[in-house]
Amino acid sequence: MLQMTSGIVGRIAGRIAGRRVRRRLIQLVLVLLGTTVLNFVLLKLMPGDLVDVIASESGNVSPQYVAELREAYGLNHSVAWQLLHYVGHALRLDLGFSFRFGEPVATLIFERLPATLVLTGTALVISVLLGVLLGVLAARRPHGFVDTLLSTLATLGYSAPMFWTALMLIVVFGVHLEWLPIGGIVDTNIAHHGFGLLLDRLRHLVLPAATLVLYYVAVFARLSRASMIETLQEDFIRTARAKGGRPWYVVTHHALRHAVLPVLTMLGLQSSALLGGSIIVETVFGWPGLGQLSFEAIKSRDVNLLVGVLLLSAVLVVVLNLVVDLLYGLIDPRTRHRQ
Amino acid sequence: MKKILHFFGQPSAFFGVLLLVLAVGAALSANWLFPGDPLDMVAAPYQWPGATSGFPLGTDLMGRDLLAGLFHGARVSLYVGGSVAVIALVLGILIGGIAGYFGGLIDQLLMAITEFFQTVPPFLLAIILVAILTPSLTTIVFALGVTAWPSIARLTRGEFIVLREREFVSASVAIGASDAHLIFIEILPNAMTPILVSTALLVANAILSEAALSFLGLGDPNVVSWGSMVGTGREALRTAWYMIAVPGSAIALTVLGLNLLSDALHTAFNPRLRRKRGAGVAPDVQAVRL
Repeated sequence: MLQMTSGIVGRIAGRIAGRRVRRRLIQLVLVLLGTTVLNFVLLKLMPGDLVDVIASESGNVSPQYVAELREAYGLNHSVAWQLLHYVGHALRLDLGFSFRFGEPVATLIFERLPATLVLTGTALVISVLLGVLLGVLAARRPHGFVDTLLSTLATLGYSAPMFWTALMLIVVFGVHLEWLPIGGIVDTNIAHHGFGLLLDRLRHLVLPAATLVLYYVAVFARLSRASMIETLQEDFIRTARAKGGRPWYVVTHHALRHAVLPVLTMLGLQSSALLGGSIIVETVFGWPGLGQLSFEAIKSRDVNLLVGVLLLSAVLVVVLNLVVDLLYGLIDPRTRHRQ
Repeated sequence: MKKILHFFGQPSAFFGVLLLVLAVGAALSANWLFPGDPLDMVAAPYQWPGATSGFPLGTDLMGRDLLAGLFHGARVSLYVGGSVAVIALVLGILIGGIAGYFGGLIDQLLMAITEFFQTVPPFLLAIILVAILTPSLTTIVFALGVTAWPSIARLTRGEFIVLREREFVSASVAIGASDAHLIFIEILPNAMTPILVSTALLVANAILSEAALSFLGLGDPNVVSWGSMVGTGREALRTAWYMIAVPGSAIALTVLGLNLLSDALHTAFNPRLRRKRGAGVAPDVQAVRL
């Protein structure tokens, strides 16, 4: 056990020195800089500046007060100075102030982050595992009965808009069958403790997670089917079969490791879409995460908050891609030794 | 010719084209079949499909005709889908083509920008752009267009990197052709097949994004859209779920048609996939979506 653990750690350490990971870290810095500049541009695109908003809200519009505010927020300086100022603050995790909630943007974001991670994390893990399983089943006999059935279902799941799937799930399982709660993260009418609380939270998680899973399972099933069919035509599979390997043994011990690589790449690619999708799912289900926070911010045109969420989402995407790179190193020995 | 026959020989091509013809037909005939404003109240509210003669799909909670909304909504969906695809194709081909053709520092710079746009959640960026620029069909098309091009840029760059080393390009260089001539006249036409094949997916994504924006209340308030119809119907979720089911099915079926078309195009025109029998989906163009 210990040997295995140290082996894995050693592999990861070996990968950290690897070129791909170093590239990711550079990418992280570039993304941070890029998003802050983009955020700054977006804030500048807004009609009127921050001071106009505050001044109109407070009702005190004397020229002297406005001038003081401009001085306080640095708006009397040049655009270049303001940009550097903004980047400097963003690096210290100071993302500005949300006028809708009356709290610092960073505080709000970190309050809401866990709920989003639970929802998207659950959905991703289930989608990948189930998707790969279904893809492999379909690839066993291309254009056979199982494949046709699964491919049809996958194409349907892939075509339905997510907000619509969410609402239809609510109609069927929440309103008509009354099996599951249709919104929120926990039942506020009954005080649950311990195991009961966990169970209640899980019940609230089912429908929002299922909405994301119905779509992403289709994505990963389609992809792993295609990848598996391609892998099964490779020479090393023919060799494994020629050596007398039973069909399932060849699939699980030879083909799967190779076929799952594109799925990993897709996992990294889809992560930014997943965060976008969580806006819709969280809004529909009243799930108190980043997505719902963004929606609140949209409704009140709280651009400070919106660009803060944008920055954090971009960072999350790069981090997830870093994890994907590390997994790549574990699964595919070729990327470990190629320096 | 063989490829075209191969394309039409697939059931997915048949059903895909059929669904698209229905959507385009609805869009084209909307003004003729339903001449009034689809946002006008024309009957009693909350009429279930089939309950009132003259309104086969019923009315919404404001007494607006759902069938008229469906026909007029098709115009918005297809207009946004088509325009966004055009913007994404132009930007993607320009950026990807220049990066792939010149290589070196220009390539690295353009690809860093592309990667950046793939890292920032596209839908969130589109939402922010629409919110800042105030929602209208033009701003929606702009916002979705400037967030949709990266997959096309990567695809084009890949094609250009391979094609620029081919003999017919070297021959043109030898007779002194300009960079612009090489990019647009020599290489681009040869790179167009995979790009055009992935266009169906681009349109599908744009339609889904527009629907999601409208559903969230960021649509153009002056036109009826399938997404905003679902958004309105949401308020009557408990009693009148048909208000969600009807426009939602329209979105799902149109997108299904485009996805089927995309699959059929891939199998027919992508030689790599045709050789490997049955593989079917090209992972590189499975763009982000909602």
